Amino acid sequence: MLHEIGLALLRIIVVFGVALLFVAYLTYLERKIIGHMQVRMGPMRVGPHGLLQPIADGLKLFFKEDIVPYEAYKLTFYVAPLICLVCALVLFAVIPVSKSFMITRINIGLLYVLSIASVGVLGIILAGWASGSKYSLLGGLRSAAQMFSYEIFLGFSLMGPLMIAGSLDLAKIVEVQKVPMLIYQPVAFVIYIIAALGEINRVPFDLPEAESELVAGFHTEYSGMKFAYFFLAEYANMLVVSAIATIVFLAGWKGPFLPGWVWFLIKLFAFVYFFIWVRATFPRYRYDQFMQIGWKIMLPIVLANIVVTGIVMMLI
Amino acid sequence: MSWEQIIFYLFAALAVIFAFLTVTRRNAVHAALCLIFCFFFIAGTFVVLNAELLAAVQVLVYAGGVVGLMLYVIMLVRGEDASQVKQALGQKIIAAFISVLLVIQIGSIVYLSFAGKATGRLAQEMARYGNTESIGTLLYTKYIFPFEVASVLLLAAMVGAIVLAKNKLER
Repeated sequence: MLHEIGLALLRIIVVFGVALLFVAYLTYLERKIIGHMQVRMGPMRVGPHGLLQPIADGLKLFFKEDIVPYEAYKLTFYVAPLICLVCALVLFAVIPVSKSFMITRINIGLLYVLSIASVGVLGIILAGWASGSKYSLLGGLRSAAQMFSYEIFLGFSLMGPLMIAGSLDLAKIVEVQKVPMLIYQPVAFVIYIIAALGEINRVPFDLPEAESELVAGFHTEYSGMKFAYFFLAEYANMLVVSAIATIVFLAGWKGPFLPGWVWFLIKLFAFVYFFIWVRATFPRYRYDQFMQIGWKIMLPIVLANIVVTGIVMMLI
Repeated sequence: MSWEQIIFYLFAALAVIFAFLTVTRRNAVHAALCLIFCFFFIAGTFVVLNAELLAAVQVLVYAGGVVGLMLYVIMLVRGEDASQVKQALGQKIIAAFISVLLVIQIGSIVYLSFAGKATGRLAQEMARYGNTESIGTLLYTKYIFPFEVASVLLLAAMVGAIVLAKNKLER
């Protein structure tokens, strides 16, 4: 009993330690990659090649003054970033990094990820409302509409692979893939990537933040550690979305020669790199265009994908 | 008492507390926030009872979807109105009637399960196939008619909402 609890605790500590380290260094990676894409150096001052920059940023945010606006609803203002961060971090609990290494294996893994992620949105809405500022409120409203719509496409795009795999268990989804699911479900893959960009609020779909229109959207009024929570949650979500893409579409830890977790990390960071690359490439969508491609183009395609997958599966 | 029972009663108590807070808060957003926590604790009790699928759906549909849409509407209401929700709307008689119906319904289920008559097929199937598969199979075989009726009902509600909104826009 005690032995098991100890082992479980060790796994939790390792996964969350590594995840938080990755999240912190994702900010560094993003600044470096975008810097080089725009022919700049990126952060260079703190440590060799700016390697200690995330730590310096973290320390700075930790010691900053924590400002709560006079108009804010105090309790909700405090709870909202916590909802965001907790909902992002608990998702790592079901991600299978390799055949034997995951915190827990539950038979509804994928549904768990989708449901907890849908609660994370509420943190953003509440933050926008609780700040008592019109920019925040508009940012919150926008992100609410955006994330509700894109969650639907995200869920539906995973439905096709799910039908082929025949299980909601993330580890089993990897086990049944002899060749990556990408080959059977290319349409679902493309839709998933687009929906994921919308879901994690990144360029070209970063409308909730849209700094040129809304200052910073829902986190305009946040400062210090509370702002850092939103920041961490966003990058943690990016990791989770990449991990789900790796597991469902690219056969997770499977691959020749190298050990499983190395393959998993290679595929994971390919997606992360892609998301950063997209940020350096595309301009932002306008809000109405964004909703239009979602509801009028992506939803029919994704529904047709489910129907076609079902028909093909019945015939074979 | 085993660990599972302790956790179950803890979650159940917290769910009731947050449900109570939901109806007593004057601020509509705070009420919605309490409702989220209430749904989470209900999902927790489902997990303790080995009904993982129900727990996930509870969080996905209710905590994520329904409360999200509620918040969306509440945010559009002006600040002062949202923080001064009326506690009574003059519907006491209807509310009492519905509450009595609900108590009778829950009471009958509790009575039947203690009498050993309500242990349905689901429990047996669940032991054999697991949660998701058995619920899926039952929904599409034995309970296909209620399932379709529910979906038609939801569709009708959606059409109604669109018609109402459209009428207002055109005026």
